[in-house]
Amino acid sequence: MPSTIRKESGRTRSASLPDPDKTRKSFTWKDAERLLDSLPGGGLNIAFEAVDRHVRAGYGGQTAIRWLGKGDAREEITYADLAARTSRFANLLMAHGLERGDSVFALMGRVPDLYVAALGTLKAGLVFTPLFSAFGPEPIRTRMEIGAAKVLVTTEALYRRKIAAWRDEIATLKLVLIVGEAAPEGCVVLGPAMAAASPEFEVAQTQPEDRALIHFTSGTTGKPKGAVHVHEAVVYHAISGRYALELVPGRVYWCTADPGWVTGTSYGIISPLVNRVTMIVDEAEFDLERWYETIKREKVEVWYSAPTAIRMMMRAGAEAAAPYDFSSLRFLASVGEPLNPEAVVWSNKVFGMPFHDNWWQTETGGIMIANLAAEDVHPGSMGKPMPGITAGILKRTESGVEELDTGQIGELALRPGWPSMMRTYLHEQARYEKCFVGGWYLTGDLAMRDPGGRFWFVGRADDLIKTSGHLVGPFEVESALIEHEAVAEAGVIGVPDETAGEVIKAYVTLTPGFEPCEELERAIRGHTRKTLGPAVAPREIVFRNTLPKTRSGKIMRRLLKARELGLPEGDISTLESDET
Amino acid sequence: MTEQDFRAAFVEELIKIAPDLEPDEIGDNDHIQDDLDLDSMDVLNLVAALHARFGLNIPEADYVRIATPALASAYLAAELAA
Repeated sequence: MPSTIRKESGRTRSASLPDPDKTRKSFTWKDAERLLDSLPGGGLNIAFEAVDRHVRAGYGGQTAIRWLGKGDAREEITYADLAARTSRFANLLMAHGLERGDSVFALMGRVPDLYVAALGTLKAGLVFTPLFSAFGPEPIRTRMEIGAAKVLVTTEALYRRKIAAWRDEIATLKLVLIVGEAAPEGCVVLGPAMAAASPEFEVAQTQPEDRALIHFTSGTTGKPKGAVHVHEAVVYHAISGRYALELVPGRVYWCTADPGWVTGTSYGIISPLVNRVTMIVDEAEFDLERWYETIKREKVEVWYSAPTAIRMMMRAGAEAAAPYDFSSLRFLASVGEPLNPEAVVWSNKVFGMPFHDNWWQTETGGIMIANLAAEDVHPGSMGKPMPGITAGILKRTESGVEELDTGQIGELALRPGWPSMMRTYLHEQARYEKCFVGGWYLTGDLAMRDPGGRFWFVGRADDLIKTSGHLVGPFEVESALIEHEAVAEAGVIGVPDETAGEVIKAYVTLTPGFEPCEELERAIRGHTRKTLGPAVAPREIVFRNTLPKTRSGKIMRRLLKARELGLPEGDISTLESDET
Repeated sequence: MTEQDFRAAFVEELIKIAPDLEPDEIGDNDHIQDDLDLDSMDVLNLVAALHARFGLNIPEADYVRIATPALASAYLAAELAA
């Protein structure tokens, strides 16, 4: 076990939360609300808190977004620019007859219009859902159907490749906006429409419990779940960004996550802007030299990234980092999956400070457990609960749940009631209610608490796969696999990978007339990449004659995984027919 | 091997990792991530495949030099000639 990384007292004193344990004891939600203004005339609106109030307070000239395009393009967007552009977008939605509560989806890379669309939608009182642009057509379509998409904002290339073929089958869809200056038939070009719209818009008088965001997350069975978040979430976005990420007005902050995933929205759009930082947005994907150069050139102070990227930096070695000046950095944080102790230690050596791991999930809307700036870092631990958050380790019993002692492994659970907690799963109230037992929200993650009150991640309690920080439901992958004519049955698991955490592996049986061969493996993999996109498609497919199944015919993924890892097979009393 | 041979080998490995791609539709200047939709794990796997095939260690800093078939074939030819 690597030794504890101690914080010097200078660094502790300058932290946003100099004495976290004291604040944990005294904290009330009123303390968090003090970071916000409410709407003039009452109500609470995320976009107003993130943008317009700063302009009113005289900070319109500060850069809100410093956008770095692929190649050398760059654009500085001030808070005043962002206020005007989001107002234009809101007016555009109104002009097309859209109403409060309607659902706006975005599917595009990290371009300025994505940020404008997100905040403009919220400003107008509509509900925003970002989709990961590397998704294939199938995950996009499923999510747009569940979310009853009224508007889609995308690019011409993505529209042609992934949407056009089935667009007419989404009955709710009224408007497709295409970023840029030209659009295919049946779509509206965003550029001219924005130019024609007024830059003045009175922010919708949304109330704290009005819907704001829907983030989709995977389940082990069935369709993806749409976690519903409301405008009150901004209370938590504000305080958690301040405490867990050191987001202080004026700082330069870079969140490398894509807004297609919840981190990229909560901490890649809302929290940083609410805290009035200058945010770096890089359109390009991970590229070691580009990233190091960006930190140096833009004088990044706070950097929020993910274990997969950090492990890629490690692979390149300390020598690759040596030529760069990282003296602007003051705080590093990581999320998406547990950050291994070696990576924490490595970052402390290379950047002069460790990456601070934190833990949360789509449903929680914000960081729940974190290593904070003023606290020593125990590499491998996710830290302690944030002020206002109560976490426990539970065991499910016949009558409910029981809390476990220090050192015991159980399911990580949280006491509900924080502002950014999901309010339901869209159209699936029963599935939502199943998450709560005995006054706790059960997270589905297994963890352990040490005597110091720190939490340590152990694994998932279910079959969900964590790959490159993305949560993938095996069912969605299996469904795509069996769409291929050669595949009869499929079982999908995550297998450990030193860079991605886990990678997706599929076990399939073939329909009569097909023989296992390399060519077929590639054809099936190609099919899944086309329908699901590379992040969700299996990296490896193996053929079996039969898969292990229960009496009710359910494929036992757990058993496939235990065998893959060489672990004990556990209770196999329900096994009816085995793998061959 | 000529640059042309390296291009063919590169595309062959690329297709193994991303079998959704059609070899005939891959342009010389298509960026493997921006145009061909590989993600960063795919890129790592491609680097590993090139290592297995040619015994060539491609450092992280050189990933940009295999970002298109044209760049990669020139890079492989130069590195392996050395």
